Amino acid sequence: MKAAVIVFPGSNCDRDCKVAVERSTGASVDMVWHADTDLPEGLDLIVLPGGFSYGDYLRCGAMAALSPIMAEVKAAAERGVATVGICNGFQVLCEAGLLPGALLRNERLKYVCKRVDLEVTNAQTRFTAGYGRRRRVAMTVGNGEGNFFADEPTLDRLEGEGQVVFRYLDNPNGSARDIAGIVNTRGNVLGLMPHPDRAFETELGSADGATLFQSALASA
Amino acid sequence: MRAKVHVFLKPGVLDVQGKAVEQALHGLGWGGVEHVRVGRTIEFDLKDAADPEAELKAMCEKLLANTVIESYRVELA
Repeated sequence: MKAAVIVFPGSNCDRDCKVAVERSTGASVDMVWHADTDLPEGLDLIVLPGGFSYGDYLRCGAMAALSPIMAEVKAAAERGVATVGICNGFQVLCEAGLLPGALLRNERLKYVCKRVDLEVTNAQTRFTAGYGRRRRVAMTVGNGEGNFFADEPTLDRLEGEGQVVFRYLDNPNGSARDIAGIVNTRGNVLGLMPHPDRAFETELGSADGATLFQSALASA
Repeated sequence: MRAKVHVFLKPGVLDVQGKAVEQALHGLGWGGVEHVRVGRTIEFDLKDAADPEAELKAMCEKLLANTVIESYRVELA
């Protein structure tokens, strides 16, 4: 099993993601610099980590979405490679057009950093199959712009097509319809604001994030 | 040629920053202030553009604005 974590200038969860994927799945994880123009061969999983890529200049994720490596990430996602964007990574996926919607400033303007309880809204995706019949999992969030927004028809479509994967039980940032994570129509690109990479062993308060990485690689 | 691009959140998209500024202005005694929106302006010189308006539109759609949430207005002088 082989995974890659994309490192943008300003990423700060890249090492966390590497350790989280390695420890929860045993996969080998390459770090790939944003200016590279090739991804390693035979990847089963690509992770876009959290952080403040390019200092959040212009809009969160906007500059990173135009990084040279993103053309390769898009091509890999189109080939069906499992791709996860966490926090800033979710913002990058939206800016890159790989996921619908956008992330706005939190409703109450505060940076929110805390444990969140999530509903597994769709346990049939390749990222959530490992949760089985569990409907409630815990992770943490740490974001200032995690307020998911999409227009009403898009939200209806996301819900109707089972693309809403996680919802907040107690919405921390004003996200539309309590949405914490979504997948693309094909189901191989996941974006979520909560951090599975900060919840991969019980010593961290929750090991529920490990299941997400295990599921993603089990389906590869 | 100097271009100015003004980018704002679309009407209907909650502008929490605008709301905070509005409350602060009310706090300073300007109770008549309503519907504050905070946006950004990006200015630059544009040289050798065959069709500046079309190119500016493309720049806005590709980078300067996120049209899912933002609208933009361009001034050319």
